[in-house]
Amino acid sequence: MAVKNFGFAAIKPRTIDFEQFDGRLLSEILELEPSFKVCLSCGGCTATCSAGNLVSFNIRQLNLLLRRGETVGLENEIKKCMLCGKCMLVCPRGINIRNVIMLIKKSVAKSHSLKR
Amino acid sequence: METPSFALPFIIGLLFIISFLIVVTIIWIAGLSKIDKIRIWKNMPTRKTGEALAETFMESLLHRKIFRKNPVLGYMHTSLAFGWFLLIVVGHIETALHYRTLSFPIWKSIFFRYAEQTPPAGFESKFFAASMDFLLLIVLSGVMLAYYKRIHKSLFGMKRTTRLKVGDRISLTALWLIFPLRLAAESVSANLYHNGSFLTQSAGNLLASFVPVQQMEMPLWWAYSCALGVFFLTMPVSRYMHIPVEVLLIFLRKYGIRLKKNVNTYTRVQVFSCSRCGICLDSCQMNHANIRNTQSVYVLKQIRGRRLSDEQLFNCLLCGRCQNDCPVGLDLNNLRITQRIESTMEYNSQYDYLKSDCMPKPVSTEVIYFAGCMTHLTPAIIKSMRALFEMAGVSYWFMDEDKTACCGRPLMQAGQYQAAQKLVDHNREKIQASGAKTLVVSCPICYKVFNEDYSLPGIRVVHHSEYLLELMADKRLPIHKLPLRAVYHDPCELGRGSGIYHQPRLLLDEYANLIPVRNEKEKAWCCGGSLANIKIQMSERDQIRQKAMEEYLSYGPDVLVTACPLCKKTFAKDRNLPVHDLSEVVYMAIRQKSTGNTSEDPGKKEVNYEQIFFPRITS
Repeated sequence: MAVKNFGFAAIKPRTIDFEQFDGRLLSEILELEPSFKVCLSCGGCTATCSAGNLVSFNIRQLNLLLRRGETVGLENEIKKCMLCGKCMLVCPRGINIRNVIMLIKKSVAKSHSLKR
Repeated sequence: METPSFALPFIIGLLFIISFLIVVTIIWIAGLSKIDKIRIWKNMPTRKTGEALAETFMESLLHRKIFRKNPVLGYMHTSLAFGWFLLIVVGHIETALHYRTLSFPIWKSIFFRYAEQTPPAGFESKFFAASMDFLLLIVLSGVMLAYYKRIHKSLFGMKRTTRLKVGDRISLTALWLIFPLRLAAESVSANLYHNGSFLTQSAGNLLASFVPVQQMEMPLWWAYSCALGVFFLTMPVSRYMHIPVEVLLIFLRKYGIRLKKNVNTYTRVQVFSCSRCGICLDSCQMNHANIRNTQSVYVLKQIRGRRLSDEQLFNCLLCGRCQNDCPVGLDLNNLRITQRIESTMEYNSQYDYLKSDCMPKPVSTEVIYFAGCMTHLTPAIIKSMRALFEMAGVSYWFMDEDKTACCGRPLMQAGQYQAAQKLVDHNREKIQASGAKTLVVSCPICYKVFNEDYSLPGIRVVHHSEYLLELMADKRLPIHKLPLRAVYHDPCELGRGSGIYHQPRLLLDEYANLIPVRNEKEKAWCCGGSLANIKIQMSERDQIRQKAMEEYLSYGPDVLVTACPLCKKTFAKDRNLPVHDLSEVVYMAIRQKSTGNTSEDPGKKEVNYEQIFFPRITS
């Protein structure tokens, strides 16, 4: 029996496609908020998140997508943040996560106004 | 007498600055909203005009607020401003009386010692000549102090002064030269025509003994006139624009004009009123983290030149210490928030997901309790509050026990007012649907926004420090004084932000021994944890916290008490002093009374901190 029938092959491969890789946003953020470099993806921010308590919103996942250069759809996700600041207080590395969120928001808004 | 040619620079400068001021005043007033214009019109014939005039006299001329800050600094400003003002006024009176007319060319009063070359005869002329000399002496003493301030700031109670730009430097040099040149020119003329008094005559005679005064006369009058001309011409590009604009600001403020949620011409009036005196530099705690370009004076300068960067704009704790110290009374926090609103306008969120949240059923409780996001990270506060509600027999509905939106204040501090409005509307609906009449809030950040931006008719918003004080006063909570020395840290949003200084202190004094500290109430430190700063690094926050902690530690307290979960969380990082919220102290004190820990050993009167807060560990 083919492996496909067990449902394994239905999961898309997670290898990074460098043809599609868009690292511009990431490098811009790392330059303006260097503390973001030391993120260890512990997920503390996501666990405490006020917005994440109300709706599916996962900062740890956003971080991963950003680092994989998958910036499509990021803007709609990032809008859910309420900027309450709990993530900043629980972060074991003291990352200024709110600045990362604001930078992404600004960058997305800027690229939109350029497209127009 | 013909108009002397040396008066030309002065006349050109004066005409320029007067026409410039008329034009900008018209533009600024025309740019106000229609309601504001009506407000000005309606308030003009009322006593507010008189009050504004009085304030102009007290602040723009006498500089009362600077006197309170430091007497030497105050004297320097008063002697220059009020002294110069009197020189102009008395000079005009002298000229008018001399010529027995009110219509004389303006240069005659400004260059009176040149224009009138006869020695003063009679009591009146001698009196005026002596008064003018005396006033000039006062102004010169101010100028000397200004020179000295550049070398020795600490005499003036200042650690830092503003870094100046080119326009400021030219204008400052002109201002510093005006009065010494006036003295020199008048002295030389006094020697030639014997029309001086005690200062100019003796200085003139002294000068004549070693310089040829005849040849010096015209160049000195030219130099004096040029200094005046340069000062007037550079005024629009320098900080001295605050001299005329501050008067306009005082009048507009008295007429009820306030900053709006968008940048308008009143913002320009506020920005141009900044004198760059640098008093805000010393009160800014960003210095403790070695951040030296985001202070209000520099941000205002950048707004004026329309060159403000996000890094400067958002790197501020919005603690309000500078606003408290500003001698012009500028609305510095709101000025910054207005700029933040403009900067983030394009990306406000909608929070559509909130619509799916169901409304609560009406509850019949006495109060609604809203802990706040930050309080959820300090569970001891929630635990204490719940226990205290039960002890006092207060029925409550814990609004944000599980899932609730943020209050919206952090978004507002970041300038995202439109986004915050969505959260405000959502929470307001929930609060109103519950039907309770009192909203108890544990977090000062939430407290401020509930109080100011939520319109909640019929619902009283109280911070838990106020509410616990009421419960205590109603004898619903027992009193038991702990033998602990406690320092109270004023949270920015509760103290300077909402004006609540006394209630927490009254409460704390019943449950512990409150010791006063130097920087408290309006002058209180910020803990450094403020959510308003989007850009600051955690290590920089730590530096700010440490500096505040050092002062508290110097009083040797047993415990640091605050009324804000964020301050508690920030200070708790310091291992040298235990930090507790007011509610925890009250709860622990009452619990200790009921368990009677002290009565176990009657011989031992002292109870230490560990016994109260960690009885299990020590016993």
